[in-house]
Amino acid sequence: MKYSGFNPNEEFFVDMQRCIGCKACEMACAECETNGQEPMIHVNYVDRASTVQTTVQVCMHCEDPVCANVCPADAISKDEFGIVHTANTERCIGCSNCVMACPFGVPKKEENYDLMMKCTMCYDRTSVGKKPMCATVCPSGALFYGTKDEIQEMRPNSTPVNTFIFGKETVNTKVNIMMPKGSSELVIF
Amino acid sequence: MKNRSYNIKAMLIATLLSVLMVVLVFYGSRELQNFDAALVTYLFGTVFAFFGIVYRYTVWLQRPPTWIYFKRGVGFLFTGKIFSHFCFAVKESVENIAFQKFIYPRGKYRWLAHFMIAVGCTSAFLITIPLTFGWVHFTMAPNSISVYEAHFFGFKVMDFDLDSIMAFLTFHALNWSSYMVIFGAGYYLRRRLTNPGLIATQTFESDLLPLILLIAISVTGLGLTYSYEFMKGLAFDFLAVLHAVTVILFLIWIPFGKFFHIIQRPAQIAAHIYHKVGKQQGMAVCEHTGEEFTTNLHIKDLKKLTKKLGFDFDREDGTSHLDLSPEGKRSRLAQAHLRARQDGGNLFG
Ligand code: HEM
Ligand code: SF4
Ligand code: SF4
Repeated sequence: MKYSGFNPNEEFFVDMQRCIGCKACEMACAECETNGQEPMIHVNYVDRASTVQTTVQVCMHCEDPVCANVCPADAISKDEFGIVHTANTERCIGCSNCVMACPFGVPKKEENYDLMMKCTMCYDRTSVGKKPMCATVCPSGALFYGTKDEIQEMRPNSTPVNTFIFGKETVNTKVNIMMPKGSSELVIF
Repeated sequence: MKNRSYNIKAMLIATLLSVLMVVLVFYGSRELQNFDAALVTYLFGTVFAFFGIVYRYTVWLQRPPTWIYFKRGVGFLFTGKIFSHFCFAVKESVENIAFQKFIYPRGKYRWLAHFMIAVGCTSAFLITIPLTFGWVHFTMAPNSISVYEAHFFGFKVMDFDLDSIMAFLTFHALNWSSYMVIFGAGYYLRRRLTNPGLIATQTFESDLLPLILLIAISVTGLGLTYSYEFMKGLAFDFLAVLHAVTVILFLIWIPFGKFFHIIQRPAQIAAHIYHKVGKQQGMAVCEHTGEEFTTNLHIKDLKKLTKKLGFDFDREDGTSHLDLSPEGKRSRLAQAHLRARQDGGNLFG
């Protein structure tokens, strides 16, 4: 019954330096129908003692998702639009492999449900051509959902990047992070 | 995920166990004396499903992450304080497998409905499988016209009067199961037709069809009773065929779709044992937040596992990205991003 209303021209663009830690996205995220009242987006202080910097993290929807690979229960799947879905409720055994292996620290273990839950890029909305909840409420432009042309016009001095380097590992994702103009990758270490 | 090709090991194990099962059917029914020929289609369906389940289960166990939990779970159970581990496993199984208590916080009706499906289905399995195999059968007690005897593997286990409560409960047990499954599956069907999150992510074949099938099995099964009790056998043959078809579809579908979780759920107990033993061995501390976030054992196993699956998160100094907690990983990403922005000469842009 997957809707074909998913707009493949629209993409997610994140710029965590713009995050002001207001948590509006968290409130909005809890409205998402695919996770039922639990916010899945992460907003946290980066290093509380030395800076006020906060960061915001949605699921990056990796091309070859580590989370799905390490899942012993085959509970995580990726669909034809590249969306990596939250754990299948009858399969997930709550082992937290995905929580600990995701290089972006995305999946959440809901202890009392013994179930992992994660961001599905608001599949209930994006599958019918709407924008994800968080991106519609972010006041500072840290989260944006739209076409490549739109983001280019808004941020002429930045380039969206979806390649992340973790030492010898290169992770390609569906979600973009806004980087200085001309960048092709973000090196974490 | 990638492990989908033809699997010789699984084939061998599945064949062996299926043959063993047929042998048990032969001897358990006292060389087919007690075998009920009317149930032969069900027998074929069950043997076929059994083969499929064992095959799929074996293939599944061979996936590296699954194997870790299986190996560690069984290993821990049989080392050290075996008795206390065993008690833990029994307690966990009663709570999580028999009562599925973790579904309750997800929603109390969700739990109740699932519990009804699970009890309905398992009780139906417990009744029908031994009957189909000829392991259980009923006879009239010698020299009596009102006492029934139940036999298991050909040995008498109990007798009861034909108009006793016991008889009523026994002969109608499958009907009670059917009602439970209808209520439970009905609730889930309604949920799937009204919950927007589910509507967006479900598919007909893998989510709605299983529920419809469960309801179809139960309704046709009840129909059989009502047909002979109240309607003089109206449409009995038709219902019998329909019931057999739905049941056999269900059986041979177990290995492939939603119903495989019935076989797969005990892995949850393995995960709990794994976590408990890991905790005793020590917790991992995140180098970024300075807080404990999971067990050392878990991180050690995940490092090996990700390597085996073709991911390498090692850092130059021999440590790993996996030594960070989820919050630590998010912070390190943000710090790397900040550095890149600073190097670019502009924080925004
Ligand atoms: C006995 C141990 C069992 C356990 C631990 C178990 C566990 C689960 C869990 C965790 C879910 C997800 C429920 C939710 O999040 O709402 C589920 C769903 C389901 N279970 Fe079971 N289950 C068991 C037995 C059974 C049996 C015997 C059946 C019968 C065929 C069954 C049929 C289903 C169905 C049809 C669903 C899907 C409901 C939906 O549409 O979402 N389960 N089970
Ligand atoms: S970001 Fe993490 S949770 Fe999202 S797809 Fe990638 S590995 Fe999975
Ligand atoms: S927590 Fe659930 S989804 Fe995550 S790896 Fe374990 S079984 Fe899979």
